[in-house]
Amino acid sequence: MDITHIKSQFPIFSRKINGKQLVYLDSSNSAQKPTSVLKALDNFYKNDFSNVGRSIHALAVNATNKFEETRVNVRNFINAESKDEIIFTKNATESINLVANTFGKQNIKKGDEILITELEHHSNYVPWHYLREMYGAIIKFAPINEDGDIIISKFKELITSKTKIIAITHLSNVTGTIVPIKEIVEIARKKNVPVLVDGCQSAPHIKIDVKDLDCDFYAISCHKVYGPTGVGVLYAKKKWLEKLPPYIGGGGMISEVKKDRITYAPLPEKYEAGTMPTAEVIAFSESIKFMESIGIENIVKHENELTNYALEKMKRINSLNIVGNPKKKAGVISFTIKGIHPHDISTIVDEEGVAIRAGHHCCQVLHERLNLIATARASIGVYNNKEDIDIFCNAIEKCRKVFDLK
Amino acid sequence: MDLKELYQDIILEHGKSPRNFGKCEKHTHQAKGYNPLCGDQVHIYLKLNDEKKVENLSFEGSGCAISIASTSIMTELIKGKNLEVAKKLIDAFMIMIKSTSEVQFQELDDDQKTKIMSLSGVQQYPMRVKCATLAWHTLISAINENGKIENTEINET
Repeated sequence: MDITHIKSQFPIFSRKINGKQLVYLDSSNSAQKPTSVLKALDNFYKNDFSNVGRSIHALAVNATNKFEETRVNVRNFINAESKDEIIFTKNATESINLVANTFGKQNIKKGDEILITELEHHSNYVPWHYLREMYGAIIKFAPINEDGDIIISKFKELITSKTKIIAITHLSNVTGTIVPIKEIVEIARKKNVPVLVDGCQSAPHIKIDVKDLDCDFYAISCHKVYGPTGVGVLYAKKKWLEKLPPYIGGGGMISEVKKDRITYAPLPEKYEAGTMPTAEVIAFSESIKFMESIGIENIVKHENELTNYALEKMKRINSLNIVGNPKKKAGVISFTIKGIHPHDISTIVDEEGVAIRAGHHCCQVLHERLNLIATARASIGVYNNKEDIDIFCNAIEKCRKVFDLK
Repeated sequence: MDLKELYQDIILEHGKSPRNFGKCEKHTHQAKGYNPLCGDQVHIYLKLNDEKKVENLSFEGSGCAISIASTSIMTELIKGKNLEVAKKLIDAFMIMIKSTSEVQFQELDDDQKTKIMSLSGVQQYPMRVKCATLAWHTLISAINENGKIENTEINET
């Protein structure tokens, strides 16, 4: 796999940060964009711009076709049964809010239980907390072990006759844990509980097959999948989208509007009110093409190799501690250095052109569980190579020097 | 930008071994500061006597080298001052940290001026100003007894 060629498709890597070559290790936060995506955005605004699904002139028809093409591409990308199961949202956060809100309205009563895990990002906790506030639901947290793996036996025990939905991440944005979703869904099926999967971190890094996983809902943020900001995807089984009430009301999601009654549009428009991020959705097709041009298997192989290379190198650095040691780990490496606060690490490596993240990464529950206030995090994208890891590790050595660590 | 400006020896030393750490006895005022995005926390304890003099000033908390050093230096400089003088020093610090100027304050000796100016490297790192100012804002809260939890991520950015 030719990483130099892949990297050359990302114009941002030609710029310097603090006079140094950019080493971008913050892809879990958001990924950089290849030229093809940027060109698609530019081209749509310059040559093809129109709103979709409303007017019948040539530009509108073309825009609508391209918009719907992305829906089909997403369907194929995650192997959904039907394109009507693909709803475009603002981001994965909105996708989860959509489900929490509509599912909650229809199914959650006082004392009902929602099962999430200690690994969850705030975006897969706060929307469920709203249901706790509004309807008196109970949120249970499936515990993890010290390695950052969900304890499956405990998880099983937490599903009761009152459990109405399970919401769980596919890949932790802190420990890099790849959660065995298929196994989780099989357990949930036996108890007849639907499963929502937060696929924010997994979509760019592992093969997603919603049919194989058999989950009920799957949320994706396109900006993490080398795509534009402002677009998310909610996959949901058709039976749910047909049954659940609409979420945001407005133009485009209606069928008939009278003074005394309103009926709603069929799927998928029922859940896409108002003007959508048209150019961004259309450009997201190019992100999928970019990933498919490399091949998901190749991406997984490359990122695994690089993650192992980074872990081996980092483990040799004195006083550096890697957070979690899950059975299956993706290229998300959170760490601490005894004697240096993560924010100081981030500022110092930034001087060397290295972009990492520091803080609690929107996972305060997980940090509390691991007795950590903040961590530094290096996360890998398909464009990273061993040289990036070497520069990063040298920058870490510089931190140690500044702080005079032995 | 120069890292040595930001991480001066005084900062690293105070970051590592902060002064006046812990809860001081019989404090008359206290306040908390918390920056949720980075997780920095500080709890300020202030003991004012009847003559409105800062008899003791201490803190508990956790954070980056900049925030711990800034808090430590603040407690050293403010301890023993009259409240009115303390307030003026806080103002002078806030002006200094957000501009490129020297701290303007006559009651500081050269050694104290060096200490406070060791924090001036932050001026070049806008994202880190909030780290340096958290304790100082929290001290104002303690003085005013407003019961507010300070958050300089909102105030400073």
